Amino acid sequence: MPKTIIEKLWDAHVVSEKEGAPALIYIDLHLVHEVTSPQAFAGLRARGLKVRRPDLTFATTDHSTPTTPKNLPIIDPIAAAQVKQMETNAAEFGIPLYGFHSDKQGIVHVIGPENGLTQPGMTVVCGDSHTATHGAFGALAFGIGTSEVEMVLATQCLPQRKSKTFEVRVDGTLRPGVAAKDIILALCAKVGIGGGTGSVFEYRGSAISALSMEERMTVCNMSIEAGARAGLVAPDDATFEYLAGRKYSPEGADWDAAVARWKTLPTDDGATYDQSVTIDASTLEPMITFGTNPGMGMAISGAVPDPANVADPIERESLRKALQYMALTPGKPLAGQAIDVVFVGSCTNSRISDLRAAASVLKGRKVNSKVRMMVVPGSQPIKRQAEAEGLDRIFRDAGAEWREAGCSMCIAMNGDQLTPGQYSVSTSNRNFEGRQGKGGRTFLASPQTAAASAIMGQVTDVRTLLG
Amino acid sequence: MIKFTPFESHVVPMSIDNIDTDQIIPARFLKTISKDGLGDQLFCDWRYDAAGTPKPDFILNQDWAKQCQVLVAGDNFGCGSSREHAPWALTQYGFRAVVSTSFADIFKSNALKNSLVPVVVDSATHQKLMALPRDAKVALDLAAQTLRLPDGTVVTFPVDAFSKYLLLEGVDELGYILQQDEAIKAYEAGRASTLNTLAA
Ligand code: SF4
Repeated sequence: MPKTIIEKLWDAHVVSEKEGAPALIYIDLHLVHEVTSPQAFAGLRARGLKVRRPDLTFATTDHSTPTTPKNLPIIDPIAAAQVKQMETNAAEFGIPLYGFHSDKQGIVHVIGPENGLTQPGMTVVCGDSHTATHGAFGALAFGIGTSEVEMVLATQCLPQRKSKTFEVRVDGTLRPGVAAKDIILALCAKVGIGGGTGSVFEYRGSAISALSMEERMTVCNMSIEAGARAGLVAPDDATFEYLAGRKYSPEGADWDAAVARWKTLPTDDGATYDQSVTIDASTLEPMITFGTNPGMGMAISGAVPDPANVADPIERESLRKALQYMALTPGKPLAGQAIDVVFVGSCTNSRISDLRAAASVLKGRKVNSKVRMMVVPGSQPIKRQAEAEGLDRIFRDAGAEWREAGCSMCIAMNGDQLTPGQYSVSTSNRNFEGRQGKGGRTFLASPQTAAASAIMGQVTDVRTLLG
Repeated sequence: MIKFTPFESHVVPMSIDNIDTDQIIPARFLKTISKDGLGDQLFCDWRYDAAGTPKPDFILNQDWAKQCQVLVAGDNFGCGSSREHAPWALTQYGFRAVVSTSFADIFKSNALKNSLVPVVVDSATHQKLMALPRDAKVALDLAAQTLRLPDGTVVTFPVDAFSKYLLLEGVDELGYILQQDEAIKAYEAGRASTLNTLAA
């Protein structure tokens, strides 16, 4: 029977199946960070267990680490203790760590692909819901809770129920000013924040094939924002080209064998999905969110929806509450809304191509005097690459802050945050109440839209600035 | 793990859809290296004002709510981040079940690992629960997979059979996986060695 890549990945990882119990599946790569792992390591210690496969486990520190210069200490004592604990745990259990002072340190979902750790055909887990990022390589990658982190550390396995398959077909050519981020924001708006619950997305179609690996990561990254625990793209030549020569990529004969295996992964002709949705890339506009979840998004030329037009009472109340929090007027366009902060960064949009995209808009222009703009590269190697290309100069000359790698203002637990009432255009993935700082208000958008908005001091359609 | 037993409780209604884990427990409380002490921070930014004083009109600050073991919330409860701190905070406040029309996948999985039962009901039952008077009680029986409403109606709810077994018997899931060491070894023996990317 023809199979989807999702089913092929599942079948290849089943360790055991017993009547009445979920299947036990094997995990090829376990990424670990300081925030969701300490209680799991404590659990191992309490039971006297070891990490079964330290050679399939990799750690970094990113969430609670400050993005101020590295010669400064971590001021927050609780965050410092957590970072220290990660170092202790990695040393004690023999896990490789790109720690706070490593020249390879970065956001967990950025460093996996960057070092060739993430490869097609793998199962990848991390105690973080944006693990779907690694799906860009044709891996089955999903976020897990801390109890599951402990299970994977101890056994390299997880009891799992099979997910449903969900085809996201995106055909057509993106127009100028429209980015990969706009594809995924459009999907979130279309199916809603719970639309993919219980499913794994496969992104396919001509618009997906045309994306670079970094753009595919942006799309897969936000699968969870449409409710799906995982989202992936079948590997192709772009995937192999990206992986060739990376630190942990196979070499020589191993590389040839791996590529041969990877080529068997794509969905067979005639395979069917439990559900499908299509998006026409050629009609997409730059997207922006107006509400307090990533599904509350619209084309940047649109107007804020009116709760009065929503029939369902709980839905109406949820929208009313969201607009009240955002202090937005129903029926008004969002373009022109004054902003205070622009954040370019996060595991969604902090890779070199994202920084280049933002810099291309900013070049020769200035950040509006009322706006604080922060640019936070996803890893130390990306930071160095950007500096080699002179991107940091473009950002600094425009008046933006050029910071050290980390999650930064995506999660506001490391000193980088909005103050109550501030508006931000952010390239990150979540606009939940308080996500970027208590009382802060987030508009999610692409790096291009973020840069354009920084220049104008208000939510701006980047196409108005394109020459 | 303690065995999950039937109980009766008043309910706390929160008629908001898509309550995300950043609301349940804001990220700044995730710097902890322990599982404890999160109950006071449950729904922190909805529950306390800027000075940290409990807002009297927020439902969880009302005395009667503090005794409740059942939270009834809008659709797609627990969306967002994978933080297990969310069920830790909910159970430390005293909840043993959350009722909704649907749950986000990772939250559901995390809840079941922490003796917090996610109860999915249809929207008619959900509306009834939202409108219950404060003194009304519901009864939850996990073994029977039933929720009894004050008017005597009994609704059944789905639970993954394996999770139910673990909860009712107080069996630890990691212990269960560790017993399958033979199968894991057999799988590892047949696994492509090129996948051992980090081998020194
Ligand atoms: S950048 Fe944001 S979403 Fe990504 S791993 Fe860090 S905190 Fe999570």
